[in-house]
Amino acid sequence: MSARIVHIASNTFREAVRDRVLYNLIAFAVLMSGAAILVGQISIGIERLVVVNLGLTAVSLFGVVIAIFIGIGLVSKEIEKRTLYTVLSRPVRRWEFIVGKFFGLAGTLVVNTFFMAIGVFASLLYVSHHFQKPDGWILVALYFIVLQFVIITSLTLLFSSFSSPLLSAVFAFSLFVIGSFAEDLRGFAAMAQGASRWLATGAAYLVPNFSSLNVIGSVAHNQPVGTYLILSNTVYALVYAGMALCGAVMIFEHRNLK
Amino acid sequence: MKPSQRITAIAGILLIVCLTVSIFALREVDRLRAGATLEEVLYVPSPKVMKRLSLGYDGLLADVYWTRAVQYFGSHHHARARNYALLAPLLEITTGLDPHLTVAYEFGANFLAPKPPNGGGMPERAIELEEFGIRNNPDDWHLYYDLGFIYYMELKDYAKAADAFARGSRVPGAHPFLKIMAAQMAQHGGELEMARLMWATTYQSTQDTNVKANARAHLRALKVDEDVTALERLASLYHEKYGRFPSSTSELQADGMLHGSLLDPLGNPYKLMPDGTVEVRDPDDLPFITKGLPPGYSAPPPKFLPSDLGS
Repeated sequence: MSARIVHIASNTFREAVRDRVLYNLIAFAVLMSGAAILVGQISIGIERLVVVNLGLTAVSLFGVVIAIFIGIGLVSKEIEKRTLYTVLSRPVRRWEFIVGKFFGLAGTLVVNTFFMAIGVFASLLYVSHHFQKPDGWILVALYFIVLQFVIITSLTLLFSSFSSPLLSAVFAFSLFVIGSFAEDLRGFAAMAQGASRWLATGAAYLVPNFSSLNVIGSVAHNQPVGTYLILSNTVYALVYAGMALCGAVMIFEHRNLK
Repeated sequence: MKPSQRITAIAGILLIVCLTVSIFALREVDRLRAGATLEEVLYVPSPKVMKRLSLGYDGLLADVYWTRAVQYFGSHHHARARNYALLAPLLEITTGLDPHLTVAYEFGANFLAPKPPNGGGMPERAIELEEFGIRNNPDDWHLYYDLGFIYYMELKDYAKAADAFARGSRVPGAHPFLKIMAAQMAQHGGELEMARLMWATTYQSTQDTNVKANARAHLRALKVDEDVTALERLASLYHEKYGRFPSSTSELQADGMLHGSLLDPLGNPYKLMPDGTVEVRDPDDLPFITKGLPPGYSAPPPKFLPSDLGS
């Protein structure tokens, strides 16, 4: 990776921290400790399940919201503040700017997820008093959530490379919702006939498949996640994010910044 | 005081006043719409729709619905309600969202099956719930046990209870008592013995302190029912012999009809009444007993003794 991309990425990370993005960790900590203490008193037999389900759902949703709301401003803010011209007047290529922004935001989300993961495991230790071997699968679920963030970050960058922040947010969030129904979409495609079948199948493969990256329910019940699924999901997420980034680079390369 | 400080102070006071008023207003709204939050559950009664709406985060939603089912049952049970209309839909949504949430089958069926006020009085819905649980968790022997339990305790359907226990006994790692239960059920074994065996199995096999306490309370109740029946029979024999009922168990002992002292599970002696009936001293502390109750006795809201919950 070129030094210029690393610089842009580290600046993006610093900017996110300066924007108090990591403050969400406080809300997360309150949520987790509240759940860990309260659930045992108001429900029966689901203390561990709630910590895992709530913890991982919160990690995922907090991250998706951060990815969308920071991601949509990554390009537009630079244009608005005119800092983009300063950057591009130096020996920085446009594609390096986009890729640097992508790694900066993805890095922010990884750091955020890391601290949240500590919160999840601390709450788990509080309710279970000890760790079990199957708790290790929670790490796989967290890894899949990070892969989800990688896809969303690349998509928000793609949308923000040609659209306004508001529209980018709408597009990205819509794709997140549609992507959560990706397997249903494939099911509809299988039931359709003729041209609509091809169209539906095409749409099902074009939208990101977030449902396959969601193994929260399985790991909450200590069910293992197959190595091949981990590998396949990794390849899928990286390739999909790569595709979206390529689209963002292509559009940004030809964008008139005057 | 600087103008900015004055504004900050006024805004701070207003904030506290508004917060206080909003709390009082909300309490008033809650009083007017008692139970409204649970009634709203029925606006989305379909587990499939809820699963779609969860965007893949169905595990967390199942936990929320399970907690609501527990709260719903708890509040109705405590109020000794006779109508548990929302209990079955709440449990069906919970298990539809997370079919592997075995705790919802285990407890949920026991909420649904018993007659009111101890439960919802819906054994058929409890059986449907257990069968759904077995289809999704075929390797969990507890579910077969719970199913047989409902067939036996609530429906007295010995054949189906025997079948459920037999199916459960074939699951690897199943409790060995399941085989015995299946056999006894097939032979229509003695009611009291069978009930004792089932509650003893529940007591031994559960890790949950509430379930343990419930099983212990039922075992105590069975002993009381058995003791009271025996004492009333002895009192009747005494009456035939002397033309009057005994005034205490010591008269039965003196006559040689009773060997040793007979105490209830709390360590209190039974009371022999002038009409030959037998009563326990503290019926409030012996839930589920069907004999030995004073005439017109109305049970208080269910509770377990502190010693039960602590063990």
